[in-house]
Amino acid sequence: MRSKLQEFPGKGSFAHGVHPPGKKELAADVPIEVIPPPPRVILPLLQSAGAACIPKVKSKQQVLFGELVAEAQGFVSAPLHAPLSGIVQKSVVTTLPNGRHVRAIAIQAEGEQLQGQALWDEIFGGDWPKQGLQEFDPKRIAEAIARAGIVGLGGAAFPTHVKIMPNEKKTVDTIMINGCECEPYLTPDYRLMLEAAAPIITGALLAARATGARHIIIGIEDNKPKAIESMKRAAAGTGIKIAVVKTKYPQGSEKQLIQAVTNRTVPLGGLPLDVGVVVSNVATAAAVARAVLKGRPLTHRVVSVTGGGIVHPKNLLVPIGISLGELIDYCGGMTADAARMIAGGPMMGFAFHDLATPVTKGTSGLTILTHKEVEREQETTCIRCGRCVDVCPMNLVPTRLALAARHKNLDLIRKYSVMACFECGCCAYICPANIPLVQLVRTGKTMFLADRK
Amino acid sequence: MKAEQTQYTPVIHVSPAPHLSSRDLTTRKMMRDVLLGLSPVVFMALYVFHWYAVKQLMICLLGCLAAEALFMKMRAKSATLNDYSAAVTGIILALSLPGAAPWYIGVIASVVAIGMGKVVFGGIGMNIFNPAMVGRAFVMIAFAGAMGAPGYEQIHATVDVITRATPMDAFKQTGAVASLDSLFWGLTNGSLGETSALACILGGLYLCVRRTASWQIPAGTVVTAAALAGIANLVHPESNWTALHHLLGGSLLFGAFFIATDPVTSPLTPKGKFIFGIGVGFFVMVLRLFSGYPEGVMFAVLLMNGVTPLINHWTIPRPLGAIP
Ligand code: SF4
Ligand code: SF4
Repeated sequence: MRSKLQEFPGKGSFAHGVHPPGKKELAADVPIEVIPPPPRVILPLLQSAGAACIPKVKSKQQVLFGELVAEAQGFVSAPLHAPLSGIVQKSVVTTLPNGRHVRAIAIQAEGEQLQGQALWDEIFGGDWPKQGLQEFDPKRIAEAIARAGIVGLGGAAFPTHVKIMPNEKKTVDTIMINGCECEPYLTPDYRLMLEAAAPIITGALLAARATGARHIIIGIEDNKPKAIESMKRAAAGTGIKIAVVKTKYPQGSEKQLIQAVTNRTVPLGGLPLDVGVVVSNVATAAAVARAVLKGRPLTHRVVSVTGGGIVHPKNLLVPIGISLGELIDYCGGMTADAARMIAGGPMMGFAFHDLATPVTKGTSGLTILTHKEVEREQETTCIRCGRCVDVCPMNLVPTRLALAARHKNLDLIRKYSVMACFECGCCAYICPANIPLVQLVRTGKTMFLADRK
Repeated sequence: MKAEQTQYTPVIHVSPAPHLSSRDLTTRKMMRDVLLGLSPVVFMALYVFHWYAVKQLMICLLGCLAAEALFMKMRAKSATLNDYSAAVTGIILALSLPGAAPWYIGVIASVVAIGMGKVVFGGIGMNIFNPAMVGRAFVMIAFAGAMGAPGYEQIHATVDVITRATPMDAFKQTGAVASLDSLFWGLTNGSLGETSALACILGGLYLCVRRTASWQIPAGTVVTAAALAGIANLVHPESNWTALHHLLGGSLLFGAFFIATDPVTSPLTPKGKFIFGIGVGFFVMVLRLFSGYPEGVMFAVLLMNGVTPLINHWTIPRPLGAIP
C-alpha cells in the first residue's frame, strides 16, 4: 500500500485512530432498492443543525410530492418538503434517534405515488452534465441548495447552503467530496458511488463553482476499489481528482480527511473553511446537482439497513419520514439474537428503542447488532495504559477527561480541552478497562457549557 | 408498528455509542499477556535455581492472591482475582527476591505489596507505586540482612550458584568481573528473575511487540543506562566492569521490561513514557555508581513512580489544531 499520496501534499492518513471490523460485506454488494411508498411519513421539524423550521401547511391540507411543507427559520436552517403526495394530518410529537422530542408534520399518503424505477429515475436518472456549468451563477447555486432543504447527508446534517456558497471573507480553494464512509457496517455512500456517480460529479462541479474553489478532490478509503474505479471513470475529463486514503476510523471525519489529503490542520475550534476547504459528502453532492439542475428538493435518501441482527441486509432509497420499524420489516425483520438498534453506524450512531422513530435527513443507516457484536467485558478501573491517548485523533487524554468529569473537576475539564472532542468513539472502543469514555467526556462538555453560561 | 409482530421479539437495549469494543484488548487479557511475557524469565529461574525458585514463586504467588482476596473481603469489594493482576504482582515480586530468602520474607513482602502497594489506594489502577516494588522495598529495609549480600550468598545451599556471590557484589567486594557470557545466559547468582539477560530480552520484546508494555519505557531506560555506563567507563577506563556488564548484569533489563512498564504506575503519553524510562535509567546508574547498594533498579522505579503524576502534568499533548 502506498504510504504517501501521489499528487497530494497529504500523507493519505491521519495520526491515531482505530481499526474496528469493517463488516461492509454484509450490505456492500446489495444494489440500492427503492422501498415502496409507506402509508404515512412523519417529518420532524428539526432535522439539521441550527434552527427548527416552521410548518407552512395545515391539517387536512392536500400536498404533492416535493411541495414545501415547512420553511427555514433563519440562515442556519433547512426547509422541508413532502416526500409523497397526501393529506397533512394533525401535528404530532416524535422522538428523534438521539432521544430528543420534537414536533413533526405527519402526512398520510393518498393518490398516485411515484415508485420503483420511476422514482429512481426522477431522483438519479437523466443527464448530468460535466461541461457548461460555468453558466450557473454562484449565488443562484447557493439559493437553489437552500431552497431544496439540503443538509449534510453523511450524518452531521449541517445545512449545506451555509457551506457551499460564495464566501467574501474566506477564500475556498478546495472542495473535498467525502466518500470515505469510515463508519463500520454502513454502505449507502459506497453504493451511491457505484450506482449514481454522475450526479455526484455534477454536484461537485457545482459546489466548486459556487465557492470559487479551483480544486475538487474526492476522498475514498482504499478498501473500496470498485468505488474508486467508478468515480475515476465518471470524473474523467473534469479535472476532479480522486484521493485514495488509508482505511482507518475516523478517516471520514472532516478534519482528519483534510489532514490526510491536503496536509492542512484545521485550527482547534475552527472550521475547514479556515484552511480554505469545504467538505461535502457524496450523497450531499448528488442532492446538490439535483437541486440546482432540476430544481428538486431533498425528499429521499439512501440508507443501509445492516448488521448481524437483520435478516436481509439491504441498501434502500427511502422517503424521509418513513419509520425505522418499516425499514426493519422490509428487510425481513430482526434475528433472534438482535440486541441493539442503532440509527447510524456502530461507532457514532444512536441506539433507539422506538420503532416509530422516523428516518431524518441525517440518518445514513440503521445498524442492528447482535448480542455477540455488542458484547463487552465488565468495566474495570482505568489501568492508565494510555491506549486512549494513543488512538485519539484529536490528540486528547480521554482518561483524564473522564476522570475530571467523574470528579466534576472543571479546572481539569478545561485544561484537557474537553470541547475538542468530537465523540468519534475511538477511545472507548480501544479501552481495555471498558470505561464509557465518550459518555463521560460528553458529561464533561455539558458541565463546561453550563459553567460558561 | 408492525415490526413488533415479527416472529421474534429480541431483547433490545439502549446504550451510548460507540457500540463496538475492541475484543482483544481487555484488562484481563493484558495481564495474561504479561504472565506470558514473564514465562521465559520464570523458566530460566527454575532452570538456574531449581527448588529455590519453585518455593519463592509459590510463596509470593499464593501470598499475593490470598492477600488480595483477604483485603478485598475486608473492604467488602468483590475480589479482582480474575484480572490476573495480583498474580502478576506475585510473580514479579518473587522474581525480584533472592531464591534463598526465608519463607516469611516472601509472605510479608506479598502482604505489603498488595495491602500497602495496591489496596489502600483503592485497587488496581489507583495506586501510585509499583506494588511489587513496595513489597520488596519493605522487606529490604525490615530485613536488611536477609535481603543483603548474605541473603543471596549461602555456603550450604544445595544449588551451586547460590553458594557464590552475585556478580555485582563480587565486583564491589573483590573486583572480580563476571564473564559477559554468564550474564547473558544467566548462569549466575542474583534475584530469581534478573540473572538471564536473554530471558528478559525475549519476554520483554514479546510484551513490546504486543504493545502490552510500552516500548518507550525500556528504550529510555536502556539507552540512558548505556550512555551513563559508557561515560563512567570513559572516566574510569581502568574499571573492568564495562558498559555491557552494566546492561546485562543486575536487574536492569528485568526492571526495564517488566517492572518499569507497569501501566498503572507509569505515565500516559508516549512522550511521558520515554521521559519516565530515561529517569529510571538515570537513577539506576546514579545509585549503582555512587550509592552503597550494588543495585538501584527498585529505588529508581519507585522514585520515578512518585514523579509520574508530575510527568503526566508536563506532557499533556497539544490537541490537534491547537495553537502552540
Ligand atoms: S484506555 Fe482505558 S484503561 Fe487505558 S488509560 Fe485510557 S481509560 Fe485508562
Ligand atoms: S476523546 Fe473524543 S475525539 Fe478523542 S477518541 Fe475519544 S471520542 Fe474521539
